[in-house]
Amino acid sequence: MSESLTTVAYLGAAILFILSLGGLSNPETSRRGNLYGIIGMALAVLATVVGPHVTAAGIPWIVGAMVVGAAIGLYAARTVQMTQMPELVALMHSLVGLAATLVGYASFIDPAASANFSGAEKLIHEVEIYIGVLIGAVTFSGSIIAFGKLSARIGGKPLLLPGRHLLNLIGLLIVIWFGIQFVRAGSIQEGMTPLIIMTVIALLFGIHMVMAIGGADMPVVVSMLNSYSGWAAAATGFMLSNDLLIVTGALVGSSGAILSYIMCRAMNRNFISVIAGGFGSDTGKAKPAGGAAAQPEGEVVPVTAAETAEMLREAKNVIIVPGYGMAVAQAQHTVYEITRLLREKGVNVRFGIHPVAGRMPGHMNVLLAEAKVPYDIVMEMDELNEDFGDTDVAMVIGANDIVNPAAQDDPTSPIAGMPVLEVWKAKHSIVMKRSMASGYAGVDNPLFYKDNNRMLFGDAKKMLDEVLGVLKAA
Amino acid sequence: MSLVIGVPREVFPGEKRVATVPDVVEKLIKLGFSVQVESGAGDAANFSDDAYRAAGAQIVEGAAQLWSSSDIVFKVRGPAPGEIGLIREGSTLVSFIWPAQNPELMQQLAAKRVTVLAMDSVPRMSRAQKMDALSSMANIAGYRAVIEAAHHFGRFFTGQITAAGKVPPAKVFVIGAGVAGLAAIGAASGLGAIVRANDTRPEVADQVKSMGGEFVAVDYTEEGSGVGGYAKVMSEGFQKAQRETFAKQAKDVDIIITTALIPGKPAPKLITAEMVQSMRPGSVIVDLAAEQGGNCELTVPGEVVVRHGVTIIGYADLPSRLSKQSSTLYATNLLRLTEELCKNKDGTINVNMDDEVIRGTTVIKEGSITWPPPPPKLSAAPAAAAAKPAVAPPKAHGHGAPSAPASGTRIAVLFGVAAVLFWLIGAYAPAAFLGHFTVFVLACFVGYMVVWNVTPALHTPLMSVTNAISSIIAIGALVQIAPPLATGVERPADWIRWLAVIGIVLTTINMFGGFAVTRRMLAMFRK
Repeated sequence: MSESLTTVAYLGAAILFILSLGGLSNPETSRRGNLYGIIGMALAVLATVVGPHVTAAGIPWIVGAMVVGAAIGLYAARTVQMTQMPELVALMHSLVGLAATLVGYASFIDPAASANFSGAEKLIHEVEIYIGVLIGAVTFSGSIIAFGKLSARIGGKPLLLPGRHLLNLIGLLIVIWFGIQFVRAGSIQEGMTPLIIMTVIALLFGIHMVMAIGGADMPVVVSMLNSYSGWAAAATGFMLSNDLLIVTGALVGSSGAILSYIMCRAMNRNFISVIAGGFGSDTGKAKPAGGAAAQPEGEVVPVTAAETAEMLREAKNVIIVPGYGMAVAQAQHTVYEITRLLREKGVNVRFGIHPVAGRMPGHMNVLLAEAKVPYDIVMEMDELNEDFGDTDVAMVIGANDIVNPAAQDDPTSPIAGMPVLEVWKAKHSIVMKRSMASGYAGVDNPLFYKDNNRMLFGDAKKMLDEVLGVLKAA
Repeated sequence: MSLVIGVPREVFPGEKRVATVPDVVEKLIKLGFSVQVESGAGDAANFSDDAYRAAGAQIVEGAAQLWSSSDIVFKVRGPAPGEIGLIREGSTLVSFIWPAQNPELMQQLAAKRVTVLAMDSVPRMSRAQKMDALSSMANIAGYRAVIEAAHHFGRFFTGQITAAGKVPPAKVFVIGAGVAGLAAIGAASGLGAIVRANDTRPEVADQVKSMGGEFVAVDYTEEGSGVGGYAKVMSEGFQKAQRETFAKQAKDVDIIITTALIPGKPAPKLITAEMVQSMRPGSVIVDLAAEQGGNCELTVPGEVVVRHGVTIIGYADLPSRLSKQSSTLYATNLLRLTEELCKNKDGTINVNMDDEVIRGTTVIKEGSITWPPPPPKLSAAPAAAAAKPAVAPPKAHGHGAPSAPASGTRIAVLFGVAAVLFWLIGAYAPAAFLGHFTVFVLACFVGYMVVWNVTPALHTPLMSVTNAISSIIAIGALVQIAPPLATGVERPADWIRWLAVIGIVLTTINMFGGFAVTRRMLAMFRK
């Protein structure tokens, strides 16, 4: 295949990728979108393999590597539980990051890659390698930590080193200084040392950045790493002068950036401070005691599963607000059973999804879809937040900060200004929780003390099973 | 040292309530107190001395004996002139006092160096609701008002079609949708009547509806919520519009129940003589504000009178007419208050003036008058709070459309910075780089435009598909494995090959895993 044909194939692949993202705008076209992605990817890989840059000697290696990778990938995709999606996605980001780093190194030690360059071109090529490796390494170590946090192998508490902004700044200066050394280096051997030192610093920076982020901010982190992995691909594209990589990397990068922006807005955080990493500490999030000043008034009224079932049965309008607790307890199937039963009895049941519910963007939607909840009764926060006034029962399952009225009422609250689901406006709200412990933000929730609020303590799955039992018996 | 709680018999004529009931006596004893009850105190509410004795209370003969041996006295009504002399100095009295209306009583009590907690002064806060005796009494009064009205009303409440002819349902109009009003709405609609209600506070409209009533708004805009969730005095213009509304209702309805009270003020005169005259003969008016002068001009406090063929009920003792119920609720309110006073359950009380609820309730502390308390911080109805959030979050984000346009200066600055950057790049970068850079910038914009259209429900699939797509980086590794080499170029081929092979393995995991898992997820989304 000639150079031109390969280029045209790349162009086709790029278009297919754009169509793929476009297809996700609607659940009905989304499956086709995924198919476009697969075709585009296949086209790109095939065009490369048969193209002018790969000789026959490489084919066995390529086939071998791809078979191994495909087997592992398909196995992982088949066995993963829907509740573990965030972990899987984070882990996959780390693979992209690592691959970008390796490609960067390979390109650097390959004299053939830069044989034709001179002057400014060579300089730019080296800067591209340096930046590509940098982003790749940060993505790699950051994603590994995010994976650890999401799968609870590492504690969710933010780790805050003293003077961490200063540490990051020093790291950046060192990276820049070694970057200059790297570009000035006359030979590959000379350049290797600064490159390796920079890689180590970048890895440490990635770890440090994600360690400093609390569990509740994970949706932002996951989409941010998604964005980073895109930029890493784009940087690799510049390095190899490959437009397809640049286009795809830019698509993924901007998609991740927009997602994190949406998440940030849903939590009323500053986008810039998130992209720069190491956010979440300025708001006093790490100091749960900060909220103690405004102790909510009133009493907590617990209810039993039977009473909950009674309230649900007598309601006309019910809104269910799921949170991470539902994912942890794997309660989505029971939730659906209850929904189905109530809908058969003519109760209008809907779901209210907060943009940052769960541990990654859209996490709740995926879980509910897995449980076969029809997507037309799953609403966004903006779509039904005004309907709580007409709602008889708002049932909160394992969520806390996203239904905290303090975000609206209490300007001193660490989550002040964050848009929340206004469940307290419903005639009754029922909060299912394991205990009175506060949410990830470490803020007490005045909702629990409201007159029209009831608490159903216990594991979400177990309590919902009991509710379902009572509903079925009646 | 455990204190003695004494409960005397109520001496006010016609008062049938009693300040504690046997069930509550047991709980008070559990808190560490000893309880004594005057013989015959519960007779009128159907609680015998034996029942109190069985619950663990001591029965004391005679009021004098009881007052002198009690550290704390629980009463319903404020002390009568004859009782003030009996109060032991330094003791504590808990009862209704109405300090604003009874300044003399306050002076006399202060002179006895007692501590007085007024059940009518419990602050209107969520936390204090369990001891809010006004609410529990108002609830009973509202219910009883409907029962009294039904008693004097010559017809069914509910509409019926019988063999003997059709009966239209009774129409009830409730003025003031406080606790009493809401209880009346509930009771009347429970009996089958058509219920309408009016209140100066517009936010109670939903509560009226929830009780089965229909909210009749006065066509005039003025916010009527005062401090603490009570009503306030309205302007002249509003009152005129209100009178017109009421006059119209009076002609139409069979029963009017008025519950309009403004704290510390005489009851507003809402039903004029003409309105009464315009009602159908046989109609009934129950005036729950009779004790404060009445909402109806023709009300005679404490009595039932017939004017222009309309029965006007002015009983001031409606809770007392349901004495067993009201005694039980009142006793429970007192128990809750006692629990607040006796946090250690050791039979002693601590009148902690730092506690907002106790501070508000205490009107005399050891002989010095502490009434009125500082104004409460919170409104019981979240009116102010509700108004704010309505404005606060400006429509968070409309997906599909980027947010509201940024301000002009910001755009100008952004464009300026971008122009400088582009100029730098254009001036120094080589042509080959510029080509790639063009592609990069345009691709960023395409991504930006496309991704805004993605529905939030699909954010997780979006992430896993973009993740899969980012394994395009495999191409980088592919072209490194065995490129066609110009002769004479030395390269560490083994190193490169292994790095590239690992790179390919990693990205292929991602590629296949990412697309497969996305497929799996998307297959689950269904209508």
